Amino acid sequence: MTATGPAARPATGPAPVPVTAALALGDDALVLSHRLGEWAGHAPVLEEEVALANIALDLLGQARVLLSLAGDEDELAYLREERAFRNLQLVEQPNGDFAHTIARQLYFSTYQQLLYAELATGDGAFAPLAAKAVKEVAYHRDHAEQWTLRLGDGTDTSHERMRRACDALWRFTGEMFQPVEGLTADWARLEESWLESVTDVLGRATLPVPQGPRTGAWSAGAGRQGVHTEPFGRMLAEMQHLHRSHPGASW
Amino acid sequence: MATAAAQRTAGTEADGTPDTAGTTDHQRAFDAAVAADERIEPRDWMPDAYRATLVRQIAQHAHSEIIGMQPEANWITRAPSLRRKAILMAKVQDEAGHGLYLYSAAETLGTSRDELLDKLHSGRQKYSSIFNYPTLTWADVGAIGWLVDGAAITNQVPLCRCSYGPYARAMVRICKEESFHQRQGYELLLALGKGTPEQHAMAQDAVNRWWWPSLMMFGPPDDESQHSAQSMEWKIKRHSNDELRQRFVDICVPQAESLGLTLPDPELRWNEERGHYDFGPIDWTEFWEVLKGNGPCNEQRITQRRRAHDEGAWVREAAAAHAAKHTGGAGGTGATRA
Amino acid sequence: MSTTDWPLWEVFVRSRRGLSHTHAGSLHAPDAEMALRNARDLYTRRGEGVSIWVVPAASITASSPDEKDPFFEPAADKPYRHPTFYEIPEGVKHL
Repeated sequence: MTATGPAARPATGPAPVPVTAALALGDDALVLSHRLGEWAGHAPVLEEEVALANIALDLLGQARVLLSLAGDEDELAYLREERAFRNLQLVEQPNGDFAHTIARQLYFSTYQQLLYAELATGDGAFAPLAAKAVKEVAYHRDHAEQWTLRLGDGTDTSHERMRRACDALWRFTGEMFQPVEGLTADWARLEESWLESVTDVLGRATLPVPQGPRTGAWSAGAGRQGVHTEPFGRMLAEMQHLHRSHPGASW
Repeated sequence: MATAAAQRTAGTEADGTPDTAGTTDHQRAFDAAVAADERIEPRDWMPDAYRATLVRQIAQHAHSEIIGMQPEANWITRAPSLRRKAILMAKVQDEAGHGLYLYSAAETLGTSRDELLDKLHSGRQKYSSIFNYPTLTWADVGAIGWLVDGAAITNQVPLCRCSYGPYARAMVRICKEESFHQRQGYELLLALGKGTPEQHAMAQDAVNRWWWPSLMMFGPPDDESQHSAQSMEWKIKRHSNDELRQRFVDICVPQAESLGLTLPDPELRWNEERGHYDFGPIDWTEFWEVLKGNGPCNEQRITQRRRAHDEGAWVREAAAAHAAKHTGGAGGTGATRA
Repeated sequence: MSTTDWPLWEVFVRSRRGLSHTHAGSLHAPDAEMALRNARDLYTRRGEGVSIWVVPAASITASSPDEKDPFFEPAADKPYRHPTFYEIPEGVKHL
């Protein structure tokens, strides 16, 4: 645990909060929410402005709860260095075109739904949050599925764009199933269910399941260890600059 | 809200082509409805000029919501706390939603959203000039909420009683949802006003820049306003530009005091006799210049809007193609009951 | 242009159980499934609903434009359809 955030608070509830896990899940939600927020004013159709913002707001809400379990939400979001963030590399990938955003959503929300469903049934520290979030995430996954079907089985152009996006992000999907310290989950079974679910959607969307490796030399489990990709540093610079320019100020 | 369907399904043969003898009856019924403060509904007969005025006004209003997303979205990725970030995202999202409500209202008059967007993109229809000013600091987000949304609400509340039903209903919904927009802006500025000297200076600077453009939002003075008189007669508009502007100034002065900020007008003072605040002259040259396209961001705003639309074309085409393949044509399915 | 034009849908929202669906507004969507989802995002994001109907605007058949025409006028002069039409002696209860 190298994060600069404060250690777990003394447990008041039934289970102590595993800080590493709170940061991993919280950072996933925070970073993806930020990326989706970048779409504001750029969505392909007005209805989708509203849809993407809804998803971003759900994720930001989850992030705030999770980071608050680990410490002060703003200190954690704004004052940690890149190497202290524990999010998956998948969620920090730039938006790209709408197909890339949808592929990222499909991969991540499928994972998140499976994981949260499992966490919700346990009695761990994340069970209450997971029980609430799993409903939000089910909608995110549905949104991604609907668009995957339409882009995959739409026009030649959209099919090609969607295929390329699915391929490009495929190598970031292996790290999702690296066990996270403090989370009790059957990671192998999660991965199996994930593959099954994604394969099913891609099939119905007339898209091939990408053939490349699901982990790269640089990617395997790296986000969870604080090793990120280049675009992430610039994202953080933008996200943090104002907060950091006024040390100690309240907003 | 808008019952766009009514317009579509009716076609226009039944209501849009008055015979010469019928016109006066139609006109009389229309005038009587307006005089009695009844609402005009989509398939009622209405004068062509009334319809055209409404399309122009509702479209401009819708465009303003959509273009108005840009200056604020400019700060979503830099919002200085997660709480502020959530608020700002929700607000910008509302603006997209309000644009949608308004485009729907305009569609009940027989103009499609695509036509309206096309007119926006080609510069044939306008949006509020206020959004041609840049958001230079975080405090601008607060100033927009407090002053720009404040001015917009002052303008919009009377529109909830506008004579055209779908527009009035859209405005009721919008006003209800917007009540948080102004408050969050005020609260944001309050935090800055009470914050560090740098934050206070940031807030004052933003208010200095947004005050005068906000006053211009009410439109030119009554004696120069092109469409005002007719719109008032039709009860599309309920109060004159100057009346609403004065109302806004009167509201803002004490609010500024509570913020610990000053309004950038040396001539601003209470006039006991009038029971209103007097304020200095507005630079209408600036107003007309920005309106003509020479504001700081006109080019940038419309370019971004056009780019988003053009870059999204393949997505919209894909969804339409998918629908055609799977439902035998977009819109060909029956009602979906849940 | 026409290939990208999504049809118009009318949206009806049930605000809570026990109430009818009420017209909330309209929106554009390529198909019914997306129309439902767009309606959910647009018209119930403040918890305004528990159920949504979407109907293609083109499928609605409406009565004639003039709301005071023969369609409705004749119903206005049948006061005996309303309970207030009848006189009941004072003191009679449960009627």
